[in-house]
Amino acid sequence: MKQKRNILPTLTCITVLLLLVILLENISSFIPGLPQIFQPTSPLFTVLKKAAVYSLVAVSMNLLNGFTGLFSLGQAGFMLLGAYTYAILTVPASEKAQVYYLFGGCAFDFSLVDMFEGIFGTSGFGAALSMVLACLIALILAGCVAGFFAYLIGIPVLRLKSDYLAIATLGFAEILRAIFQWQKLGPVTNGANMIKGFPTFSSFNITDASGNVLLRLSTFVPFLISSLCIIVIVLLINSSYGRAFKSIRDDEIAAEAMGVSLFKHKMLSFVISSFFAGVGGALFAMYVANAQAKAFTSVMTYEILLIVVIGGIGSVSGSVLATFLYVACSEWWLRFLDSEQYIGGFKVPLLRNGFRMVVFSVVIMVIVLFFSQGIMGNREINIGALLKKRSVKTDKAERKE
Amino acid sequence: MEYVISVLLSGISVGGQYALIAIGYTLVYGILRLINFAHGDVFMVAGLMGIYLTATLPIPAALVLVVILTVVLGFTIERVAYKPLREAPRMSVMISAIGVSYLLQNTATYVTGGQPMTYPVIPFLSDTVNVAGTQTKWVVILTPFLVLALVVALSLLINRTKIGMAMRAVSKDFETSRLMGIKINSVISVTFIIGSALAAIGSILFFTNYPAITPTAGAMPGLKAFVAAVFGGIGSIPGAVIGAFLIGICETIIKGLPSSWDVSVFSDAFTFALLIVILVFKPQGLFVEAATDKV
Repeated sequence: MKQKRNILPTLTCITVLLLLVILLENISSFIPGLPQIFQPTSPLFTVLKKAAVYSLVAVSMNLLNGFTGLFSLGQAGFMLLGAYTYAILTVPASEKAQVYYLFGGCAFDFSLVDMFEGIFGTSGFGAALSMVLACLIALILAGCVAGFFAYLIGIPVLRLKSDYLAIATLGFAEILRAIFQWQKLGPVTNGANMIKGFPTFSSFNITDASGNVLLRLSTFVPFLISSLCIIVIVLLINSSYGRAFKSIRDDEIAAEAMGVSLFKHKMLSFVISSFFAGVGGALFAMYVANAQAKAFTSVMTYEILLIVVIGGIGSVSGSVLATFLYVACSEWWLRFLDSEQYIGGFKVPLLRNGFRMVVFSVVIMVIVLFFSQGIMGNREINIGALLKKRSVKTDKAERKE
Repeated sequence: MEYVISVLLSGISVGGQYALIAIGYTLVYGILRLINFAHGDVFMVAGLMGIYLTATLPIPAALVLVVILTVVLGFTIERVAYKPLREAPRMSVMISAIGVSYLLQNTATYVTGGQPMTYPVIPFLSDTVNVAGTQTKWVVILTPFLVLALVVALSLLINRTKIGMAMRAVSKDFETSRLMGIKINSVISVTFIIGSALAAIGSILFFTNYPAITPTAGAMPGLKAFVAAVFGGIGSIPGAVIGAFLIGICETIIKGLPSSWDVSVFSDAFTFALLIVILVFKPQGLFVEAATDKV
């Protein structure tokens, strides 16, 4: 009952947020002369896009680590699968010869974009529709491929406990990375080189015939996809499956005694988490506009794990909040630490390239050691309750009068 | 034939260097049940210290100082990052270890400016020698013997001294040994000191034979050494050493296969495949008799 009352305000808030993103993105073209920060090239939009992508991956990792208690470090591997699936399926045939020039073209000429353009036409609305449909289907397939591999990997690995599970999943991610860099698979994966030329976030900007942007949607799209996926994850967590996951986290033996099938639920959580990690990987490829196995190292997994820890293990809203803070700090707010700064005539010592990351990791260590609950602990931001508190306060105020 | 010998020689020497790191993992895991993700990075930092110290000091003094400073580093990491979390769930300690690893890598990037650093030429170790018709460095020949000597010394320490007995007791049962009056914290410190010292020696041997050090140079050898420790049965020193030699030899063989097969990219992946096979079929490793609730 309590949860049902929250759905409406939460959904309203998300919709308002999404509309605000569209407004923010386009405000510079309506009102000229705004500060640099509102221009489409400002770091604000880089941060927003990257954080939207990372928040999905962080929430998917939290589903596994925080809600099911499975300490897995394979996230980068599943992102890699998603990114490559998306890239291979959507590079248009006309681009393939150029992308795969080292291998004399791609092994297969299929592309979802071309397929839909064959149906809806290659110009105007038809082209836009086919691009959107192709991206959507490729994203879903990216998740499916990641989920399928998670299923295969899960059969042997999910029997392991805590740190052994962690190291085994980390190992699988490394194996996947090696396979995708293998030159013999070059005609499909382009070997160690990057795949590019597929639709990215900026492909979603609506332009007129001469290429002038009419409506920017490049930040809105990752927000929309991530929030849809996160809503699905939250619904799952609040369902009976979610309660089974939490019971496994809290006490495996008790959960089993209450009739929760351990292996089935662990597998379910692992596959779903990997599905969304795959979608996140595809989004990441769209964000950086290329797919390359070199990017998906264990460092990326560690980064996402640290985000989850900062947000609070077991809190979806904490993970999202932490992602935005983390990305904003690392990409924007702490940038000044990387270059020499002067206060008055005084040169601040230590500041040079790389100092930002040192400060950053010290902050993370402080959080890990002294605030092990993270920002949110295992609580959630409850929009319904926030609104209610506000109205209770106003009620009281009215009564006093 | 000469090619085979040179591949085998370098395999044995890489294995020896992994063995020195693996001992650090296996000791710490035996006592704290913690995968010390930062251990590989301690190894990397020891390499960097080697570069900076040999630039200013005479080489023998620099090498001794490298070992001492690495020991200090390992000790400090344990006191600052792991000791406060002794009562916390195992996952938090592991996250803390990942945090330390992140910090060490970022600090190394800051100090070196992100450039790959070349290790100095150490006289004698870097000199070439002719074995059965193949040219190789002295370090390659010397490593296995040095490793064996160190392992024998360590086994004596663990089996014959009081602190060694305490270490064995703690790894058998943490709580009970605490009740028996063993000073847990000093035992853990000693473990980290031994592990770091061996990692420092390993780094001198490893990087002498290695083109350059980058801030992430420690991560892969670290993970491989951990796999070696699991392979041999975690907690067992002879197991870790044998596992490390096997992994080192297999890895160099894969790297040395004909380039037309194009499989050298799998030299790292092979180690992890091996890990997963072991975890699935023989999770207690090759050399540990009694499996508790590890898997």
